[in-house]
Amino acid sequence: MTNPLPLPPFEPWIPFLTLLKREIMRFMRVSFQTLLAPVITASLYLFVFGATLGQRISVLEGFSYAQFVIPGLILMGIINNSFSNTSSSLFMSRYLGNIVDLLVSPITPAQIILAYTVAAMLRGMLVGAVITLIALGFAPLPWLHPFLCLLMALLSSFLFAQFGIIAAIHANNFDSLSMFTNFLLLPLIYFGGVFYPVSILPPFWEGVSRCNPLFYLIDGFRFALLGTGDNPFWLSFGAAALLAAALFIWAGLLIATGYRLRN
Amino acid sequence: MAVPALKIEHLGKTFGATTAVDDLSLDIAPGEIFGLLGPNGAGKSTTINMITGVTRIGSGKVSVFGYDNRGNSLITRRLIGVMHQEIVIDHFFTVNQAIRIHAGYYGLRDDPQWRRTLIERLGLVPHLDKPLRELSGGMKRRFMIAKAMIHKPRLLILDEPTAGVDIELRRSLWEFVQEINNAGTTVLLTTHYLEEAERMCGRIAIMNQGKLIALERKETLLNRLGGRRITVTLTEEPPQALPESLLENGCLLSREKNRLTFFLAGNCTTGDILRRFHDSGLRIADIDLHKPDLEEVFLQLTGRGKVNRSGERS
Repeated sequence: MTNPLPLPPFEPWIPFLTLLKREIMRFMRVSFQTLLAPVITASLYLFVFGATLGQRISVLEGFSYAQFVIPGLILMGIINNSFSNTSSSLFMSRYLGNIVDLLVSPITPAQIILAYTVAAMLRGMLVGAVITLIALGFAPLPWLHPFLCLLMALLSSFLFAQFGIIAAIHANNFDSLSMFTNFLLLPLIYFGGVFYPVSILPPFWEGVSRCNPLFYLIDGFRFALLGTGDNPFWLSFGAAALLAAALFIWAGLLIATGYRLRN
Repeated sequence: MAVPALKIEHLGKTFGATTAVDDLSLDIAPGEIFGLLGPNGAGKSTTINMITGVTRIGSGKVSVFGYDNRGNSLITRRLIGVMHQEIVIDHFFTVNQAIRIHAGYYGLRDDPQWRRTLIERLGLVPHLDKPLRELSGGMKRRFMIAKAMIHKPRLLILDEPTAGVDIELRRSLWEFVQEINNAGTTVLLTTHYLEEAERMCGRIAIMNQGKLIALERKETLLNRLGGRRITVTLTEEPPQALPESLLENGCLLSREKNRLTFFLAGNCTTGDILRRFHDSGLRIADIDLHKPDLEEVFLQLTGRGKVNRSGERS
């Protein structure tokens, strides 16, 4: 038998860049829904907790309530949008069937997961940056550890991009996808210490809250921004990094094996 | 010997208790247009999905131009272009954007010349900046062919490419596929339009219930299974009891007044029939030869409507 035919030209990084570009184009095309809406939601929270109710509440000595709540609101925007980007894009591709375009092309599982992740992180960080700019109008922030702020923000968006991939693959329909958001993500966010320090809870509920991974992300981010938190920074960062690594492996296995993607 | 464009060895796939593909083996030579026919549920699309990697291979092996599609899947995917049976589009993008994105998935820098050729040849120019969701069904099919061709595949797989499109478009797609094939691309075509297979394909495989039930050159298949028919019109109605010689080999299909139709297969030739009429003294007014069509062969093989001896499909 003669040798196989020579292969057509191929630049291995182009599939990754193309999928990344596609994902960015996708969320930019519906930017009212993907960028503007979350910024408006966060602005409403800022108005309620910064300009009105927050004037009468104090939960952390030396800081206004607005200053306390802003790190959580920024992170909430990042988390929600990173999750939404991967979960909705991948789920829609499964639902509409155009996921086959990826399955039949020479893009590697690593490229797929990275492209989806980077796009989701970009959207999350964009929303986070705009919320931060708006928040500056409500309260001054000390920015004690700006590098750690960025690190925690990136880690959070990475982690929830993975979670979005996992949710998109496991969801059977739109209903079950929204269950991930409404029955898992939102409770984790609201019980994760966005609006109150976990240390003010009764011991039992504080213990329960410490099992919530969001608690470590929010507390770590708040520590980096305000210089105070319920945990030492290394604990928050370590717990978040471990969870991010676990979810990355999980999402990676799902994509690499083609679970629920290939028959 | 040239490396087969596609080599399928003992391919099998089951879904639960259902066997979708059962021990399928075939080779497609480079440059062929190969037809894969079969009724709904015969296993054609499952076979295609296993070739392209959308469905995991249950058992057996698939090689594309000598590369195993599991061990070298990233290579075989570069060699294959596939147009799926279902219309699959990305609602967010325009025709032009979607085609460019698809080329990128294959690791190619944009080739404006080739892109333009495809777009022009497939009549997509007026629709270039339209969102895909606004295209008509026929235009979506054209777009899907452009997408399948954008990376200049060596093996083009067309799964029901002309399903639901009007005859004009169908013919223009046939011409285009023929052109692509003339330029060296191997084509694997599945279709329900037997006219399409008859017109396009050199060799044809027929699948039924997951199994390969025929694989022949088109002409051989037509002759072997379909046979030809001859209808002889006599100057006057023949006697009720026909001469024995006309009934030999059981090749008489039907009689209707002065019209007798014979099945020409095996040893029974046109010359034989005419000689028997001459010997029996019956005078022929007219003869009519019917060439078999693929539909007839297909129906016989798949048992979806056997051609009975009266010349009618059951």
